[in-house]
Amino acid sequence: MAAKFEPKITAFVCNWCTYAGADLTGTSRIKYQSNVRILRVPCTGRIDFMMVMKALHQGADGVIVSGCHPNDCHYTSGNYHARRRWMVFKKMMDILGVDMRRIAFSWVSAAEGAKWAQLVNEVTDQVRALGPYVEYRQLVGAGIE
Amino acid sequence: MEALKQRVKELLALAQVKAVLGYTKGTGDRRRPLFIRAAGQVDQLVLDEACTQNLAAYATKREVKQLGKVAVISLPSTQRALLQLMAERQLRDGEVVVLAVDGSEIKEITSASALEEHLARKVTHLDSEDKATLERLAAMSREERWGFWRKELSRCMKCYACRNSCPMCYCEQCTMDCNRPQWVPVASHAFGNLEYHMVRTMHLAGRCVECGECGRACPVGIPVHLLTYCTEESVHEQFGQCAGRTAKLDYALATFKADDQESFIR
Repeated sequence: MAAKFEPKITAFVCNWCTYAGADLTGTSRIKYQSNVRILRVPCTGRIDFMMVMKALHQGADGVIVSGCHPNDCHYTSGNYHARRRWMVFKKMMDILGVDMRRIAFSWVSAAEGAKWAQLVNEVTDQVRALGPYVEYRQLVGAGIE
Repeated sequence: MEALKQRVKELLALAQVKAVLGYTKGTGDRRRPLFIRAAGQVDQLVLDEACTQNLAAYATKREVKQLGKVAVISLPSTQRALLQLMAERQLRDGEVVVLAVDGSEIKEITSASALEEHLARKVTHLDSEDKATLERLAAMSREERWGFWRKELSRCMKCYACRNSCPMCYCEQCTMDCNRPQWVPVASHAFGNLEYHMVRTMHLAGRCVECGECGRACPVGIPVHLLTYCTEESVHEQFGQCAGRTAKLDYALATFKADDQESFIR
């Protein structure tokens, strides 16, 4: 009997807001699904779009990218730059036909522990419903075509 | 044509430029670049519809820069590329003489501001084949688009012609050549090809002058220029900024507005 599918979710979060927010989720004793693997980076501006693609390459079924709300960046403008990059990135992914339902973007502040739990639950449920990311697995396994 | 040849001879004779970049007859009906350094070479010069290559890619090459000041016989796309290179400080203002040929009129543009003014009156056109492909892509479902690019990119052998022919890809060490750490796989397998084209497209977003040279350079005919074209168009739609139009750098991804509008961040 095949084991029930549990998605792997990689979350890239900024040190100053979402990481602290996720910490608050824990200290507030809010339960959320344990499918998420959190990777802390200094700022959302640090998140190269390729880091997202590498996560999918390494076996993630879904990716969360999250950081400080606009105007709250510890480095003043890192999240504004990141937002532009994602706006362009999303368009490129649309053209390439990459499944953007698997990549979620969010702003979660250090005070929004509950929002973090809700975000993780929503994304996990959605990716669980979508199933394993077969398209990318096939691509990675295809070798030279 | 004779007037152009005469003007090129004059430019060289007066030592106003050290070399003139133009086109000459290549294999079959094709045209190849010509570097005119002496008056004797001027007669090889050809300028017709078959001249499509973006010569701006040569202007930043060390070998060409060493020659000194050069003049470039240029198409509008080449002019946009030269202006963008000046904006990105890869060419000094006035380092290149732009020869814009329009019918019998030859215009000599020597400064970035004059080039900006000249280009303000030009519009970009896609050819009918590209338009048809874009319409086909737009009508497809997401899965079909994924399939389309997977099939197209399966022919890619990572020869990097698209990168090397691109005037905006001037980095002396490209991230593709960096193997410590190996960021993008070297092998031209399905996954490596996708990552390469993603990186290329993103690195050109907001900088692509839409000359289509990458697509023309591709030896296996992958429409890679449509990736950069669509991304550049989306930059223009979303931020109103446009590469190759201004003498002052206006790079969309290096700036931001506090009220940039998106709909997908939760």
